[in-house]
Amino acid sequence: MERNPMRRQLAIMRQSLFDQGYLDEQFIQLEELQDDANPNFVEEVVTLYYRDSARIILNLEQALERKPFDFNKLDGLMHQFKGSSSSIGAKKVKAECTLFREYCKSGNGEGCTRAFQQLKREYATLKRKLEAYFQLARQAGPAETACCRKE
Amino acid sequence: MVLGKGASSSLSRKMVDGAEDMVSNCNDFTVLVVDDDPVIRKLHDMHLKKFGLSAQVVENGKTAVDLCHFGATFNLILMDKEMPIMDGVEATKELRAMGVNSLIVGVTSRDSQYETQAFMEAGLDFCFEKPLTADKISFILQELNKKN
Repeated sequence: MERNPMRRQLAIMRQSLFDQGYLDEQFIQLEELQDDANPNFVEEVVTLYYRDSARIILNLEQALERKPFDFNKLDGLMHQFKGSSSSIGAKKVKAECTLFREYCKSGNGEGCTRAFQQLKREYATLKRKLEAYFQLARQAGPAETACCRKE
Repeated sequence: MVLGKGASSSLSRKMVDGAEDMVSNCNDFTVLVVDDDPVIRKLHDMHLKKFGLSAQVVENGKTAVDLCHFGATFNLILMDKEMPIMDGVEATKELRAMGVNSLIVGVTSRDSQYETQAFMEAGLDFCFEKPLTADKISFILQELNKKN
């Protein structure tokens, strides 16, 4: 149990990200890789994800502007994006990727467009929540106990 | 999901120069991570560091093939399937055709069984869904120790 109120707040914020379905167990894998030698590993990976995936999002937007849709290309781009999103445990984002790919496979352009809009919303929401989480983590300082790691 | 075909496949492949110098010590294993996703490269690199291994990382299959062509040897190659320029299937085929007998482990997003089987048939020893976890890496290193 954290005595530091800020760390308690951090733990609550972290738990809510899982309870509300934004993150899955893959995020815990990232946390388990973080240690004293790499104290910012999780934030580094998440930052890298948002930096790299911005390029894929742009490619998807451009591909969705071209008619008729090239569903193979769209599916390929989304496959890439889904893989990356999975690796940080972005659960809701990943679910939207899966839905998008199903629409690609059935050639449903309207479905793809809707799913992409929802995906962008989930992507942006997760980014805001993780930024707030990391900012609080920086303010809270190092853990007294390994609260972010499985015992 | 783990697909594997065991060590017997390595008997038909000639040894790469320097393979006789390998020792069955985790810290001495050389690893190549082949993936176009920088997040996966960073993740797998860190997983391997936890086991005392330092990996070389490249972005596509062609670079991996070129490295081996010019004499680099690796005990373990973690090979992504979908990559630009040269994908994992093609790269694995080329490496095996060159006589590379490294343990090659495919890492894929969830694909159809048919696509994963095609990747295995290119010459993989095992295939895992990405990203790798500590348990999967531990399994791979156990297999690497057995091989050596």
